[in-house]
This record gives sequence, structure tokens and C-alpha cells, in this order.
Amino acid sequence: MFNIFKLAARNLFRYKRRTLLTSMLITLGVVSVLLFISVSGSFKALMVGQITDSMLGHIQIHKKGYLASIDSLPLNRNLTGKQIDKVVQILAAEDAVEAYSMRIKLGAMFSNFTETTNIRLNAVTPADEMKTAPLLADRILEGEKENLINPGEILIPELIAKGMKVKIDDGIVLVANNKDGSVNGQNFMVRGILEGISGPGGRDGMIHIDDAKALLRINATEVSEIAIRLKDIDQLPAVFASLQEKLGSMKNQQGMPVFEVHTWEKISPFFNIAKMIDLMTFFIKIMLVAIVLVSIMNVMIMAVYERINEIGTISAIGTLPNKIMGLFVVEGFLMGVLGTTVGTAISLISIAIMNATQISFDFGRQTGLLLSPTIGAADVILVVVIVIVIAVLASLQPAWKAAKMDPITALKHV
Amino acid sequence: MSVVVAEQLVKTYVTGDIKVEAIRGVDFSIEPASFVSFIGPSGSGKTTLLNMIGCLDPPTAGQLQVVGQDITSLSRQDAARFRGEHIGFVFQDFNLIPVLTVFENVEYPLQMVQNWPKEKRKNRVMEMLDAVGMSDQAHKYPSQISGGQKQRVAVARALVTNAKLVLADEPTANLDKETANMVIDLMKQMRDEFKTTFIFSTHDPRIVDNVEITFALDDGTLHRREKSAGGDHV
Repeated sequence: MFNIFKLAARNLFRYKRRTLLTSMLITLGVVSVLLFISVSGSFKALMVGQITDSMLGHIQIHKKGYLASIDSLPLNRNLTGKQIDKVVQILAAEDAVEAYSMRIKLGAMFSNFTETTNIRLNAVTPADEMKTAPLLADRILEGEKENLINPGEILIPELIAKGMKVKIDDGIVLVANNKDGSVNGQNFMVRGILEGISGPGGRDGMIHIDDAKALLRINATEVSEIAIRLKDIDQLPAVFASLQEKLGSMKNQQGMPVFEVHTWEKISPFFNIAKMIDLMTFFIKIMLVAIVLVSIMNVMIMAVYERINEIGTISAIGTLPNKIMGLFVVEGFLMGVLGTTVGTAISLISIAIMNATQISFDFGRQTGLLLSPTIGAADVILVVVIVIVIAVLASLQPAWKAAKMDPITALKHV
Repeated sequence: MSVVVAEQLVKTYVTGDIKVEAIRGVDFSIEPASFVSFIGPSGSGKTTLLNMIGCLDPPTAGQLQVVGQDITSLSRQDAARFRGEHIGFVFQDFNLIPVLTVFENVEYPLQMVQNWPKEKRKNRVMEMLDAVGMSDQAHKYPSQISGGQKQRVAVARALVTNAKLVLADEPTANLDKETANMVIDLMKQMRDEFKTTFIFSTHDPRIVDNVEITFALDDGTLHRREKSAGGDHV
């Protein structure tokens, strides 16, 4: 086998320029794919991190049917105290859960005493919320970030702050309907301006959960959603499945499911962008396959054509057809290995340079996000294996042709 | 025992409706350590006959035994094995592998065809290169040596496996007179030293003058001429 490799390597160096050009083409393909995977992966991870860590959490639990009517923020679909206890008990048993936050979501009239507008609000327990959405405080553009929010304070979205000309420490009034239809109002002081981000809830204001209960005249324990943060996002499928199994099986007296469990993917439209990135990565891999297939096949067809006489000679002196085939397949294999080795090295160096130069980008209203491309060993191995397998496959047809060549015809070839 | 025995050997090529009888029922036998040539005009069938003896082209009919084995119905794989084991080839254009050195070209059949161990292989290759006077050129590539030297290397490659039979198709056609004579002398010397049978297909009178038996092919039929002290006998 070593002899076949030695002879194949010598044959590749026989046409140095052609081998170099083909290997460069494969290298270019490998570099494109690995850089795209690393940059898009970094972008995806960053955006998923932004969305989950500054707003959604990784998993949310609602009362069955809440999400379908979330646009109207229904107060009659809140989780009750007994249901909350059940969820808390289950979450306490999940090691993968880092934190969770109870939220009351409500709509209200927002008045600065001269103008009135609608506002959507999240009412939270600050300590729990900061553990569940650790980047939330970073969204506070103006005002105190520590402790997030106290009773009597409101964080207002920046669009409302601009539109209503409201500043820090201004007094405002929130008027809301409770679930029975009665109206209640309460004064708040503007504690901070909250940056708007893409996705559901990205332009909501925030108040303390005790204020929400007072405003909505909720006496019992009651929340709209429970947002959960996991220790490791990679555990999402397993934890989701576990919660789905435990909570999804719970039925009310009418035999209907009580809870609904959703991952951030189901809730955020960014998941579709993430899926598109995955799709683009797939198509770029297909392009890489095409590049390798066409270039190697072209080179190997040429190699067989140019060496017909030589194939006749080695066949005449007794080289078995499978060894002749092996010789050409190994040439394709070595070209694939050469291209991927150089391509992988260039990609890893480029990724290191990109990290060192700290490239930033804007996404929606968020600016200056730092791109830190990384690539997993599994991705690198997958691309390397794809290229080498395709290189071997592309060599098979020309190699088969060489192995099947009639030695007399081959020896006559000029 | 004869090295080659042919009985009623026929080779017919069929192209569409056209049938061409290249060899028409010939009988001949060749003894070990002979120096034999097939001569005849172009298209007379001498290369066809050489190809059949070399297991490169199966006969259409008849019997053909080479080194005691009936080769008329060998599979492609078995024919390749048989060639690798028993037959050496010397070509008109030398047909050395350009990416291998002189040493590696001679080593090729031992390494890629017969799988000899490294040390034994090395000794055998050097022995053959010594025999053909090319041991001092062992490290050179074919592009760095002359035509005559290439043919010497080709002879060494043909003999390195202890082949019983060497088939040489116009081995001197691309050589000048002096070099051709040297190559013919070398092959004769090799025949004497290793008791190998050499069969030529040739137009070259220098080879014909040197062989002991000549088979003249004319339109697919064969006529044997044996050289004796008194001249040729038909």
C-alpha cells in the first residue's frame, strides 16, 4: 500500500502546476466553508445569546393556550398558585436549570399627564429576572442598572420615551383593566430607558411584580409565564423533552392539558433566521462538494488520458487491475488531503486573526456587537471527511476506466 | 518441455460485418533458452502472435501453452498474474515509468507485482542492473539517460522476476545501429546467463541475423526457418 501512495504522490508531482491549481481550488472551497461556518455560527450564537439572555430565557412555561393569544396579553390565562407550585417543584428537580423568573405580562394605558399611549409591560421579581436574563440590565440605556427595578418604578421602552418625551425621574400613570374588566390606575416614576431589541417582548416596558399585582388587583399568586435559564444551552433539547413529558401530561378536571412548554426557538422569529443560516451553510457545503467533485474528476480524467500508454505498460508487466485502480484513487485521495490540510490550516489561522482584530457588526438596532468566530472540531472533521470522501468518489470513475483498459489498445496509444 | 506450444492457433478480428483473420491456424513450438524472431511485413500478424503468447490477447481458436500452462481461457485477472510471474516485456519505446528512477523501474515488478521483501528486492535489482551495466545510473530518471540505456533498463526490468520468457516487440526500432547491436548482444548475453527464452517481433535484419529460429509470417500463415552452421533451412 505504501508503494501505491509513493507512486501516486510522484505522479501528482509530475504535473505540479495542475496539482497545485486543483489543490488551491479545494483549499479555497474548504476555507470558504470553514470561515462561513465559524462566522455564521458565531453570529448565530451571539444573537441566540442576546435574545435568550436579555429577554426570553431558554424555555418558557405558560398555561395552555396562552401563547396563541399572547397579542392580547390575556389575564384570564395566567398560571394559578397551585400550578406554579407544581412547576417550581419540577424545576427544583432539574439539575440543568440555572434560574427561573415568574412574569406577569400586561397591557396598560401610559400617560405622561399630557399625552396617553398603549404600553406592553413585563412585571418581574428583579433578582430572579436578572438571573434568568443576565443581559437585561445591559439594555438599560439611561438610568440605574443595579437591582433592575424597585416597586413604584418603571423601565420604559426607548420608542415610548422618545415619542412621549419622557425622561428619567419623570412621573407617569399606568391605567390597566384587571381580568374582571374594572379599571385601576397607579403612579410610577421613570427609572430608566430600555433599549428595544428584535423579537417578541423586545419593546415591552418593565415594572415590579408587586406593582402589577396591585394595579391588576391580583390577590392570589398568579403569573403569566415562567422563563427558565439553563446552565448550558446545549442541554435545551433534553430539558425541554423532560419538562414536556412531566408538564405536558398534566390534565385539568376537564381532561385538558394544563401547561404548555416552549423553547426560545418556538417563540422567537430569529429562529427562522438561524434556520436560514443553517440552510445557507448546507448549500455552501453542497457547492464545496461540487467544486471538489468537478475539479478532481477533471484532473483524474486528464491523468488517465495522458498516461494511457503507461497504464498499458504496467498492465502488460502484470499489475493487477485493482492495483491500477487503487493507484488513481489514491492520487485523488492525496489531492483531497493536500487541499483540506492547507485549507484547514488557513481557516484556523484566519479565525485566530479575526478574533485578534475584534470585528464588530450591527444587528437591527444593536450596534457594535463583537464577532468572535469559533469552529468546533466536529465541524472541521465533517468538512475534511466530506472533501476527502468526495475526492475519492470523483477518482473512482477515471480509476475504473484505467483499470479496465485493454493493455494492447493502451500500448498502441500515442 | 517447450516454453511455447501453439496448435491450430487462430485469431480473427471482427469489426461490424467485416472479419479479418490475422492468424490462420498456425502450429509452432519454441524451446527453452531459444532466441526466436517473428518476422513479416506490416499487418502479417507478428505482433498479434506476440500478444497472444504474452497473454495480452486471447486466441479465437486453437491451443496455446506457455511455460506449460494452457493460456487460451485465462481470465483478465489470471492473465495479469501469469504475465507478472512468467513473462517479461521489452517495448519499442522502452516504456519506462518516467516518475521512477532506473532502480525503481527495475524494482517495480518485484514490488508492485510480486511483493518481494525489501532487502531481497534491492539485491536482485542491483544484480540485474549490474548484469545490464546500468548500476552506476541507478539513481537517474529515464529522462536523464540515453535510448540505449533505457532499453538496457527495460531488459533488466523484463528479467528481474526470473521470467522464463521475454517478449520484445521491435526492441531496436528506436535505436541507432551501434546501440541496437549493443542491446542485441546484451539480450543474447542475458539469454546465455539466465537461460531465458527471447521472442522478438521485428523487421530488423540485425536481430534476424542473431536469432537461431525465425518464424516468417505471411498473411496469417507461418513458415519456420532454422539457422544452422550452413545457413537458414526452411
